[in-house]
Amino acid sequence: MAGSTTADIIGGRGAPPAPRDFGGGDGDSGGRGASRRASITGLLVLLAASVMFFAAFTSAFFVRRGMSNDWVDTPLPHILWVNTGVLVASSLALELARRALRAGRRAAFNRFWTGATILGALFLCGQYLAWRQLNDAGIYLATNPSSSFFFLLTCVHAVHLVGGISALGYIDVQALLLRLGPSKRTAVDVSAYFWHFLDAIWIYLMVLFFFWG
Amino acid sequence: MSSPVVHAHGAPQGFIRRYIFSLDHKVIGIQYYFLALFSVFLGMSLSVLMRFHMVYPDAKVSLFEKLWPTGAAGGIMTPELYLSLMTMHGTIMVFFVLTTAPQSGFGNYFLPIQIGAEDMAFPVLNMLSFWTTLLALVVMVSAFFVQGGAPLSGWTAYPPLSAVGPLSGPGEGMGQTLWVISIAIFCGASLMGAINFIATTIDLRARGMSMMRLPLTVWSWFVTAILGLLGFAVLLAAGVLLLLDRMAGTSFFLPAGLVVNDQILNHKGGSPLLWQHLFWFFGHPEVYIAILPGMGLASQLLATFSRKPIFGYRAMVYAILGIGFLGFFVWGHHMFMSGMNPYSAMAFSILTMSIGVPSAIKTFNWIGTLWGGRIRFTTAMLFALGFVSLFVSGGISGIFLGQPALDLYFHDTYFVVGHFHMIMGVAAIFGMFGGTFYWFPKMFGRMMNETLGKIHFYLTFLGVYAIFTPMHFLGIAGNPRRYADFTNFEFMNNLMPVHKFMTHAAIFTAVVQLIFVFNLFWSMRKGAKAPVNPWDSTTLEWTVSSPPPFDNFAGKHPVVNHGAYEYSVPGAAKDYIMQSDPA
Repeated sequence: MAGSTTADIIGGRGAPPAPRDFGGGDGDSGGRGASRRASITGLLVLLAASVMFFAAFTSAFFVRRGMSNDWVDTPLPHILWVNTGVLVASSLALELARRALRAGRRAAFNRFWTGATILGALFLCGQYLAWRQLNDAGIYLATNPSSSFFFLLTCVHAVHLVGGISALGYIDVQALLLRLGPSKRTAVDVSAYFWHFLDAIWIYLMVLFFFWG
Repeated sequence: MSSPVVHAHGAPQGFIRRYIFSLDHKVIGIQYYFLALFSVFLGMSLSVLMRFHMVYPDAKVSLFEKLWPTGAAGGIMTPELYLSLMTMHGTIMVFFVLTTAPQSGFGNYFLPIQIGAEDMAFPVLNMLSFWTTLLALVVMVSAFFVQGGAPLSGWTAYPPLSAVGPLSGPGEGMGQTLWVISIAIFCGASLMGAINFIATTIDLRARGMSMMRLPLTVWSWFVTAILGLLGFAVLLAAGVLLLLDRMAGTSFFLPAGLVVNDQILNHKGGSPLLWQHLFWFFGHPEVYIAILPGMGLASQLLATFSRKPIFGYRAMVYAILGIGFLGFFVWGHHMFMSGMNPYSAMAFSILTMSIGVPSAIKTFNWIGTLWGGRIRFTTAMLFALGFVSLFVSGGISGIFLGQPALDLYFHDTYFVVGHFHMIMGVAAIFGMFGGTFYWFPKMFGRMMNETLGKIHFYLTFLGVYAIFTPMHFLGIAGNPRRYADFTNFEFMNNLMPVHKFMTHAAIFTAVVQLIFVFNLFWSMRKGAKAPVNPWDSTTLEWTVSSPPPFDNFAGKHPVVNHGAYEYSVPGAAKDYIMQSDPA
């Protein structure tokens, strides 16, 4: 212990836990960047903002629907059900990938993760087809308030999804180039949580469209 | 065991990485500060022009004509130009000054240091949030230079005016579109900032820095970030809807049968009230986004310069949380005049009044902190006292406006203008001045000139009261707000001398600000060298050199053993104990 200092004992990563009454900080600022905990907190905070964003649209949706007599339910294109299945499948594939990663089966991880990314891209293509189908039926953004909200909410969700796919794609490239070291496990988890969140938002939107159109 | 854990990070060497696209929270904080400084002078200049026009509406000013060849043809300002100045004054002040300097400026610089971290949790996100804010400002200011000029619909951008396009007036075309786009960009920037502030406060605190040992400045930045996170997300959604109404022909906010300039518009079924609800759900928390950092700073300064612990630390924390929480349930009090179920109005009114409780806790605790203290009247302290004074003066008129029966009378009068300028405008700006004088030595390594500082304080203090106190009387006398010119109304004749007095006070106060600017830039170069802890303060930023090293603590990990405000502790060797002093 010769030469050890307070900073030595409680400054490093292997430091003993802080006494209970101090609670709070753990003395590990994690270098110039995000520690794992901060990344997960950051993600949760981002999701909270996202929830507020969709909540604002939802409240506008119900106010607009309740106060006017020009609301005409938008018929849901059937392909949306296929898309929903594709998105749920991509979430499942991500979980299988993470399980494979935890077990050290890197090849399986790569397979599942790539599959999930492709399914995500397929979902976006499916959404595009849904918009085209509505357009072909003469339904556009400004046709009536229901279609305005349909296009708006699906578009906003798709924009989120583009962000999600970018994250999945980045990790996929890192994995395929054998660059997915332990330090990138946080990125794997954070991307997966974000993706599941988008999945949940989509199911929520489907419920909204299905029952209140 | 090995030698102490030291992993000091070298600062980037290139000018661009170091000062322009910097990832360092301190540089980013200073960037935000100067962005806000530019904005506050722009916003202030607009207000002086407005005040001038109000009392000299017929004066021909060639400068006006040069600046706005169509809006001020012949050198006389049109009412539309006046409204565009009003809109831009409000928008620039609220978003790019009140939201930017106290939170993003000082918060960015000092939150990581005060909690003992090396940087924000996400430095790249931090850099992005500054540059997006700058982009938003550029887009906003560019509205002055497009066809039709800047928008007319006020900082609240109420539809239908803000949604129907150029038909409703100059500035409502491209200018208003740029306004919405700028605000949307600003929302994105604020969300990025909020994510950083919250994650950093939760996860990067130094050992021993428990939540109940955080300086109250950190608590206020933290709660402000939560307000920004929840509020700006809603404003962004509202902005998207408004943009679609303007550009894509939707009818979210536009009702049927709207006739503008003799043309029937092809919208139907929308509700202008919907915008007001969404906007004020953001807008009221925004008031606290502007004022909470000032409250935290006032607490810090009053304790430091009274040489006493803050009175009721825990109560102060709970009051900050209480104000933040209640702030989300009172937006309706901005809409008493818009038509509201009386029961809703009563609920909003009672909730609004209840914010008086945590506000009063804070005020009494500030006074309790001062009581029996050995007060050091530094410039920073004077501004903190000024903050408390303005907060009380502006807060009391809020009690009037929170009651629907009184608000119906006051709402569209100068009473409201006086109220929000005192509490949200100048109180917050006094917080920024206080923060500047207090932290300048740490930020720039030199002291500001105290004599100039005090002259600036006393003149500004007199000036702002001279501008905004009479507004309350004008409001009671029925003086409407948002009018460009009062000379055509007989009942206003007796009030015009008051307006003239306010205009002269505004010009005087604006000129006085040059003392501050001179002091700021002169002190950067010529000020006396700042010691590590010039104010005998206790928080962690005063343990490191002035300015702090690139990684804040030169590779060391600070350990916190004390609360944030341990002044005049009986038996202690000095009259203050630093947070990092041994237990």
